[in-house]
Amino acid sequence: MATSKTVTTEHTRRDFLYIATASVGAVGAAAVVWPLINSMNPDASVLALSSTEVDLAPVAEGQIITVKWQGKPVFISHRTKKEIESAQNVKLSELPDPQADSDRVKKGKDEWLVVIGICTHLGCVPLGHEGEYNGWFCPCHGSVYDTSGRIRKGPAPLNLAVPPYEFTSDKAIKIG
Amino acid sequence: MSHSDFQPKNPALQWIERRLPIFSMMHGSFISYPVPRNLNYWWTFGGILAFMLVVQIITGIVLVMHYTPTTAEAFDSVEKIMRDVNFGWLLRYIHANGASMFFLAVYIHIFRGLYYGSYKEPREVLWILGVIIFVLMMAAAFMGYVLPWGQMSFWAATVITNLFTAIPGVGKAITQLLWGGYSVDQPTLQRFFALHYLLPFMIAGVVGLHIWALHHVGQGNPAGIDVKSDRDTMPFTPYATVKDNFALICFMVVFAWFVFYIPNYLGHPDNYIPANPLQTPPHIVPEWYFLPFYAILRAIPNKLMGVVALFSAILVLAFLPWLDTSKVRSARFRPLYKQFFWVLVAVCIGLGYLGAKPAEGAYVIIARILTAYYFLHFLVILPVLGYFETPKPLPKSISEPVLGKSGAASGIGARAPEKN
Repeated sequence: MATSKTVTTEHTRRDFLYIATASVGAVGAAAVVWPLINSMNPDASVLALSSTEVDLAPVAEGQIITVKWQGKPVFISHRTKKEIESAQNVKLSELPDPQADSDRVKKGKDEWLVVIGICTHLGCVPLGHEGEYNGWFCPCHGSVYDTSGRIRKGPAPLNLAVPPYEFTSDKAIKIG
Repeated sequence: MSHSDFQPKNPALQWIERRLPIFSMMHGSFISYPVPRNLNYWWTFGGILAFMLVVQIITGIVLVMHYTPTTAEAFDSVEKIMRDVNFGWLLRYIHANGASMFFLAVYIHIFRGLYYGSYKEPREVLWILGVIIFVLMMAAAFMGYVLPWGQMSFWAATVITNLFTAIPGVGKAITQLLWGGYSVDQPTLQRFFALHYLLPFMIAGVVGLHIWALHHVGQGNPAGIDVKSDRDTMPFTPYATVKDNFALICFMVVFAWFVFYIPNYLGHPDNYIPANPLQTPPHIVPEWYFLPFYAILRAIPNKLMGVVALFSAILVLAFLPWLDTSKVRSARFRPLYKQFFWVLVAVCIGLGYLGAKPAEGAYVIIARILTAYYFLHFLVILPVLGYFETPKPLPKSISEPVLGKSGAASGIGARAPEKN
């Protein structure tokens, strides 16, 4: 008995060989799997950041246009006075994702709201001038956004995202 | 699989048999294999499902010869199949309705298992393999639905892939990995096509394991008691083969009715509009076989929890062998479980109905109640019921209620033409 016990508990050079072989095998397998998985990530042509320039002059007050940026819809809303006021006169504590309207528009450009038109729930495109707050309403699962694109009701957790953009002139913006 | 002592008579086959014992294996698995003599027609859906898998693979391979997986041409190539390709309309309608028939059969097969306790010891692994097949089927069906690149295809792909954005931290990275971009686009379509072609063969592999496990532990039966002697069984051929084939032909009549008379009944007209990434259709719904799970997703107002509930609703099935604490398999002898079973069937159908309705008002409230009940059934009722329910007395053997004690004594079971 004593002999067999020492045999089973003793670490042998063979054990070391087993562990070393398995470790090298695991590292090798991981090295092979990584390029296979990473190849599925966005490729260089997709990554090459494209920007979109938009002329705002033809957008009438109260109108929302949709432009495409990086394959995604972007809403540009030319807000009316009433819409701006209703967006500004909200207690931040009432919002699921608190953010002031002034943080979502460029300074002095309150009438222009630019947001990515993808519902933060499951990626549908919300409908403009719809829903309780006359902002956006997502037809898929009933999320309601206000005139600042902030989530007010429904399953979506976040406000509509504001893409990086800048005014290139008084009536033109460059997204991206 | 199951081996038998069968030896082929033909010398050429004998030559092969000595080197690869395939004929004795086939004979042991599909000819002399003993099946319980009390199997009813609910047991024919396994064979029907095997048939449907073959139908989907064969029609799929031919359809691929005409389909183009690019965002610019996918929709048009499907219309070309419908209009220009010889019998293209038939192949596509068989493939599209075949998916629905596949799910119809698998749902009957699953509920058969629930009613007769097919998941209980010693069939736990057999059952879990079945759950894996079900999950693979759902993945294959979802990716297949995306390929025609209609409005429903595109938005189904968008909504389902966005489920992964709910994962905290890495959700966004995982979703972009799935898309190969920043939205559902060409890379997404192309990889879905590759996976849609792969998955049926993975399903076929797991089906092989499923049948292996089935033949190792033996089939369950409506009485839910073990086979005790040869008198309890019949040879697979001709008895089960004929019964399975008769059921299959009846099933094919229903299948043919859909293909030839109402081929678009189960589809959605919006999928005949080419995909438009800038406009979501006003009312998007998945295919009918996903509706109960879709209702569960929408019933929960929190994004992460909704996604968790959706996946849990499927995953809970894998734990069924340990959630059901009753030792009695068949609902025939479980008076209370039998009632809860039918309530569950009604709840699942109710969820399916609600999944097709807009998510508003009373629909949401009812969906929440039914979702709660769905989980209650598996997580509370089943574990507790095993302790409180008094089952009816079980018959002594499978043959006893059929043949009576005298019949069993006179050895009527020896009628079987081939015995091994």
